[in-house]
Amino acid sequence: MNVKEIKAPRVAYGETLVALGEETHSIVVLDADLAHATTTNLFGEKFPERFFNMGIAEQNLMGVASGLSLAGFVPFASTFAIFGSGRAFEQVRNTICYPKLNVKIGVTHAGVTVGEDGGSHQAIEDISLMRSIPNMTVVVPADAVETAKAVRAAAAYDGPVYLRIARPPAPVFIGEDSEFVIGKANVLREGKDICLCAAGLMVFKAMEAAEVLQASGIEATVVNFHTIKPIDKQLLLELAQKIDKMITVEEHSVIGGLGSAVAEVLSECRLATVKRIGVEDKFGQSGTPDQLLEAYGLTSANIVATAKAMLT
Amino acid sequence: MDKDVLELKRMANRLRQDILTMLVPAKSGHPGGSLSAAEIVTVLYFREMRLRPQEPHWSERDRFVLSKGHAAPVLYAALAEKGYFPREELLGLRQTGRMLQGHPDMKKTPGVDMSTGSLGQGLSAANGMALAGKLDKKDYRVYVLLGDGEMAEGQVWEAAMASAHFKLDNLTAILDLNGLQIDGRTDEVMSSAPLPEKWRAFGWHVIEVDGHDVGALQRALAEARTTAGRPTILIAKTVKGKGVSFMENAVGWHGAAPNAEQGQQGLKELREEAVHLG
Repeated sequence: MNVKEIKAPRVAYGETLVALGEETHSIVVLDADLAHATTTNLFGEKFPERFFNMGIAEQNLMGVASGLSLAGFVPFASTFAIFGSGRAFEQVRNTICYPKLNVKIGVTHAGVTVGEDGGSHQAIEDISLMRSIPNMTVVVPADAVETAKAVRAAAAYDGPVYLRIARPPAPVFIGEDSEFVIGKANVLREGKDICLCAAGLMVFKAMEAAEVLQASGIEATVVNFHTIKPIDKQLLLELAQKIDKMITVEEHSVIGGLGSAVAEVLSECRLATVKRIGVEDKFGQSGTPDQLLEAYGLTSANIVATAKAMLT
Repeated sequence: MDKDVLELKRMANRLRQDILTMLVPAKSGHPGGSLSAAEIVTVLYFREMRLRPQEPHWSERDRFVLSKGHAAPVLYAALAEKGYFPREELLGLRQTGRMLQGHPDMKKTPGVDMSTGSLGQGLSAANGMALAGKLDKKDYRVYVLLGDGEMAEGQVWEAAMASAHFKLDNLTAILDLNGLQIDGRTDEVMSSAPLPEKWRAFGWHVIEVDGHDVGALQRALAEARTTAGRPTILIAKTVKGKGVSFMENAVGWHGAAPNAEQGQQGLKELREEAVHLG
């Protein structure tokens, strides 16, 4: 695994919005008083006439984005994951998804790696909420490079997209030339014994785990499910024909996220056993991102232990 | 009576007849808040707004958002009169597989500019449309009709703050102040008074108007059009259930459809009014 640099995915979010803004006039960006944290301030400084700070008012944020999209603009509405998916849930459902408007909800600070701000600010149920809404697409990029690809793919896609972007600096390991197609998961590594299905920052942990497992003679497949909805059902069924043990890994509750999406597909074919690694139906807390990942079992060591337990 | 006023009063009467006509077979729906807005919707659709019914998505058209989406019947009646869809569709209101949903659905009904129904959300969408108009340097105007029960929704005030902040003088809100909501009188369920002072404090130009006076509504909308630098709201005093004697100011008619007999009685009254209007 080739780690090129350490970079926060959210910074790639802001940078890619600027790049898109230069390419097309139709990109507009809205934020709710978190522009420096989500990094949409980069776009705001470059294109002040196309940047709207809506203040701390996420419900209005989503509605205004819907109105802008109706005139042909491609709005990126940004805030933290907890507010974009939670505070404004019904606005997202009724004014964006119900009429299938072309609004992108770009949220940062997802999961426990929000860190010190604690459980009130750590969205661990947002994928579940967003995945349940008809017409919604849910994308969770693995690193900064993939975030850039995901932002571009979301802008090119016609319809609502929930982009869930991580806060902390993280290893950049996805290749610049890797393909990114919404709804098509990427197989990063192939092995016959067990399949690790991961999303977001957990893809890197799964790759680390696969290397450790290899040293113990266990060959793991690693799949990057950057799109949680629509889940890549075809790939999952193909994999399950070959490998009957799967582990899902996500920085999200074990209820309703990637683990659920994978289990929903595989429970209908009965080809594989699925173990879910995620936040075990509890809230987050204050701490450093690494301490919290450790506390909630979101580590390569836990993936290795879970895999070994499944194989014995 | 002034010829134009008479013509508009006749149209409002027609919309009211259509509202009853479509609610009877629907067997459910919201007559009270539809009837209260008949003059407001008439003046907007038959005088104020720049529209091309044969081209519902015409980019230069004025936009209308029915934030109080439960008043869909009055909007559908106006759209049918304008020719956005055949009048026969009115009889399919709220029925499976038909275009007229219980609350406005822009994906199903030609002429509906925004899907609404969940209260409190329309003004935000209208803000976005008005911002887009400014960005595109287009001169279309955006209208949004709010209910007074809806004033309890916090998002309305988030949106009101933003309309003034962004100086959206291409946006006009109309508040259908009929004084009643599902559970009773608005001043008993959740008092939102004093509304003119509240909207002024939020940076809006406020015009108080009789919501059944078509002449006054036209003058107020003209004043809104020429008010620069801030959005305008017409606080339109209305009577819920207006035009049907047994529905006027009666809470029970917020969300109950008339049966066939009641529908006939209401239509009889409205036809008598129509005869009187000549």
